[in-house]
Amino acid sequence: MMDLRTERRLKNRLALGVSLLAMAFGLFWLIWILATTLHLGLAGLSLQLFTHMTPPPGSSEGGLANAIAGSLILVGMATALGTPVGIMAGIYLAEFGRHTWLGHTTRFVNDLLLSAPSIIAGLFIYEIYVAKVGHFSAISGVFALALIVVPVVVRTTENMLQLVPNTMREAAFALGAPKWVVIGRVTLKASLAGVMTGIMLAVARISGETAPLLFTSLSNQFWTLDLQKPMASLPVTIFKFAMSPFQDWQQLAWAGVFLITMGVLALNILARVMFREKHKQ
Amino acid sequence: MTRFFALATLLLLVGILVSLVDGAMPALEKFGSAFLWTGDWNPPAERFGALIPIYGTLATSLVALVIAVPVSFGIALFLTELAPPWLRRPLGIAIELLAGIPSIVYGMWGLLVFAPIFAEYVQPALASSLGQVPVLGALFQGAPMGIGILSAGVILAVMTIPFIASVMRDVFEVTPAMLKESAYGLGATTWEVVWNIVLPYTKVGVVGGIMLGLGRALGETMAVTFLIGNMNFFNGFSLFLPGNSIASALANEFAEAESPIYTASLIELGLILFFITLVVLTLSKLLLLKLSGREGLKT
Amino acid sequence: MHGSQTDQETQIVLRGFNFYYGKYHALRNINLDIYKRKVTAFIGPSGCGKSTLLRTMNRMYDLYPEQRAEGELLLGGTNILDRGMDINSLRARVGMVFQKPTPFPMSIFDNIAFGVKLHERLTRVQMEERVEWSLRKAALWTEVSDKLHQSGMSLSGGQQQRLCIARGIAVKPEVLLLDEPTSALDPISTMRIEELVSELKDEFTIVIVTHNMQQAARISDYTAYMYLGELIEYGHTDDIFIKPKDKRTEDYITGRFG
Repeated sequence: MMDLRTERRLKNRLALGVSLLAMAFGLFWLIWILATTLHLGLAGLSLQLFTHMTPPPGSSEGGLANAIAGSLILVGMATALGTPVGIMAGIYLAEFGRHTWLGHTTRFVNDLLLSAPSIIAGLFIYEIYVAKVGHFSAISGVFALALIVVPVVVRTTENMLQLVPNTMREAAFALGAPKWVVIGRVTLKASLAGVMTGIMLAVARISGETAPLLFTSLSNQFWTLDLQKPMASLPVTIFKFAMSPFQDWQQLAWAGVFLITMGVLALNILARVMFREKHKQ
Repeated sequence: MTRFFALATLLLLVGILVSLVDGAMPALEKFGSAFLWTGDWNPPAERFGALIPIYGTLATSLVALVIAVPVSFGIALFLTELAPPWLRRPLGIAIELLAGIPSIVYGMWGLLVFAPIFAEYVQPALASSLGQVPVLGALFQGAPMGIGILSAGVILAVMTIPFIASVMRDVFEVTPAMLKESAYGLGATTWEVVWNIVLPYTKVGVVGGIMLGLGRALGETMAVTFLIGNMNFFNGFSLFLPGNSIASALANEFAEAESPIYTASLIELGLILFFITLVVLTLSKLLLLKLSGREGLKT
Repeated sequence: MHGSQTDQETQIVLRGFNFYYGKYHALRNINLDIYKRKVTAFIGPSGCGKSTLLRTMNRMYDLYPEQRAEGELLLGGTNILDRGMDINSLRARVGMVFQKPTPFPMSIFDNIAFGVKLHERLTRVQMEERVEWSLRKAALWTEVSDKLHQSGMSLSGGQQQRLCIARGIAVKPEVLLLDEPTSALDPISTMRIEELVSELKDEFTIVIVTHNMQQAARISDYTAYMYLGELIEYGHTDDIFIKPKDKRTEDYITGRFG
C-alpha cells in the first residue's frame, strides 16, 4: 500500500494537472476558431465586399453590401425598439418591485426568456405577425431580434441599479426629490456605464443571431430599405452560402464570418473593459 | 408606468405559449399525443411524428454535457484555486468569449474545418478504442463521416462550456474563505478542499449551472443544423450516425413547408422544444436561487 | 522579554520574525517562546497583528500569494518557514479553530473523520473510537451521540464551535490555535468553551487570540500584548495584568484606550 502522504500528494497533483488540461482544452477551441476565421476571413476581404450585392444563383461575382446594410438596419432598429422596454422593466424590478409578487415573477420569467432558444422568438413573431400579413418582412425580423434584446437589457439594468448604494438614494430623497427625479437623475445616472454595457452585450448577441431571422426577415438578394420586404442579413447569408457547393460563395461566407466574429468579440471585450474602467472610479 | 413594461415581459411568456399552441392546433388535433412517440416524418405523405428530432435533441445535448461538465469543472477549479491572480481575469474572459462567438460561426467552422478532421482522426480512433468495448461500443459504430450526433454534440459542448464554467466559478467563489481555511487548517490539499468541502457546499448551484448549460444546448440551432446531418430516419444508436434535432428541423424545413399541416407540425415541434427548455431552465433557476437563499440566511 | 521560565519546555519559538502583506510590514521583529501544554493568549487592539501572528503558525498565509514571512518560526526545533516544509503534515501537528463556527457540509461524524482520514488509515471501528474520543474531549459527546449522522450545520452555534474543536483535536495535533473562538457566541457557550480550553491544556499547547481581556486573564497562563505589529510585553498572565512593565500595556488593560 502506498504511503498515505505520497498518495494524497499524487492525487492532488493529478487533479490540478487535469484542471490545467481542461483550461487548455477550452482555450484550444477559442484559438482554433479564431485562427481559422482570421486566416480564411482575411483572404476573402476586399473592397468589393462592401460595394457589391450578394451574387445571384449561377454567378460568382459579388459582395455582401446588402447583407451588411441589412444587418445594420435590423440590429439597429431592434436595439432601438428593445432597449427602452428593457430599461423600463429593469427600473421597475430594481426600484419599485423589488419585493413584490410581480417583481419576483417577472425577474424569474425574464431569466427564463434570457436563456430560452432564440429560434422560438422567430417562431412567435411568425405566428403573430408574418402569418397574419402573409409575407416575410424586415420589420418582423426587427421584432424577433427586439424580443431577444429585452431580457438582456432587463437583467443588466436591474443588476446595475442594485449596485447603486441605498445611501445615495436616501440622500436624494432627503433633499425632497420625488421618486422619478431620484431614479432619472441619480440612480440611473450612477449606473449609466453598466446599463450601456448591457446594451452592448445585447447588440453583440443579436448581431450573430440567425435562427429567428429564418422565419421573419428571411433574405433578399437585392438592396432594399423597404421594411415590408424580406431583407438580407449577414448571418442568414452566411447560412445560405456556407451550405452552397460554390467555392466563391463559401469565400464570401468566410468573409462574413470574419466581419461578424470580430465585431461581436470587439463589442464583448469593449463592454467588459468599459464597465471595469467605470467601476474602478 | 415601468410596472406596465414588467407586466409586458411577464405576458410575453404567456403570449409565446398561447401563440405556439394556436399555430400547432391543426397538428395537435390531427395527431394527438401520438405525435410524441411516432418516428415517422414524411412530408409528402403528410405524416408527422416528433420522435426522431426529440431523440436527436436529447442525444446531442447529453453528449455535450458528458464532455462539458468535467471540462467546465476543471476550468472553474483552475480559475478559482490554481491560476495566479493576475491571470484569472483574462483567462475568465477568454472562456466567456467562447459564448460570444455566434452560433452560425460555430456551425460553418464546424462543418468545413472541424468535421473533416474529426472524421479523419478522431472518429477512427474512437471506433478502434471505445468502439471495441461491450455495450458502450454500440455508440461508436459505422462509417466516420464527420457529421452526425457525436460531432454536433462535441461542438455543442464547446458552446455550453462557458455557461457551465462561469456558473461553477461564481458559486465556488461564494464558499466562505473561513470554511476553506478550516479544511486547509486540518492539512487538506487543494484538491481535497475542492472535492470534499467546496463541491458539497455548492452542489445545488453546480447542478443549477449544469441545467443552464443543458437548457442552452437543447435549443441551440445553427451549429447543430450544420453538423447533425438532418436525417429523419432512425438507423441505430451509434453516435456516428446523422440525425435531426427539433431546432434544426425548424431551421431547415420551415421556409419550405408548403401544406398547413406541415407548418403546424413544425410549430408543434417548436412548442415541445420551448416546453422542455422551460422545464429545464426553471429547475436551474430554482436550484441557483436555493443556493443564494442559503447564502442570504447565513450572512 | 521572555521572563525566567527556564524550567518550562518550549513548543514554538520565534526569532527575528517579520511578516508582510505585499509591501505592508505587518509584524516587526517578533521574538517569542510559547510553552508546551500551556495556554498562551495574544491580546491587543484591532489591527495589532495578533491574528496575523497566529495564522503564521500553521502557515495559513500560504493560501494568499501576496503574504510572506521572514525569520525563524521553530516548531519542535525545525523552522516551519523552510521551503521544503510539508505544509499538510505541519497542519496535522498544528490545528486551528476560527472566529465563527465552520462545520463542513457533511454529517457530524464525517466532519471529524474528514481530518483524520487525511493523515491516517483507520478501520471503521478505530474511526468510531476516535470520533467518540474527540467528541468527549470537546465535551460534546453527550449532546450528539445519538445524532452523529445528522448534518453538522444542524447544531447550535456553541455546539458547532465545539464540533470544530473536536475536529481539530481528532487529528491529535501538538498545538491548537484558537482565533477569537468565542467572538460569535453567547455568554453561556463562551463559558463552556473557556472551561474546555482549561481541560485541553493537559494534552495540547494552546494559543488563543482574543479581544476580550477578561477572557485572557481567566484562561491563559501566558499573555502577549501586541500593538501596531510589535510585541510590546510578554510574560505570566498574572504579571501582565497585575504589574505590567510597559506603559502601553498598562493603558490597554486598564481600558484607557483600545
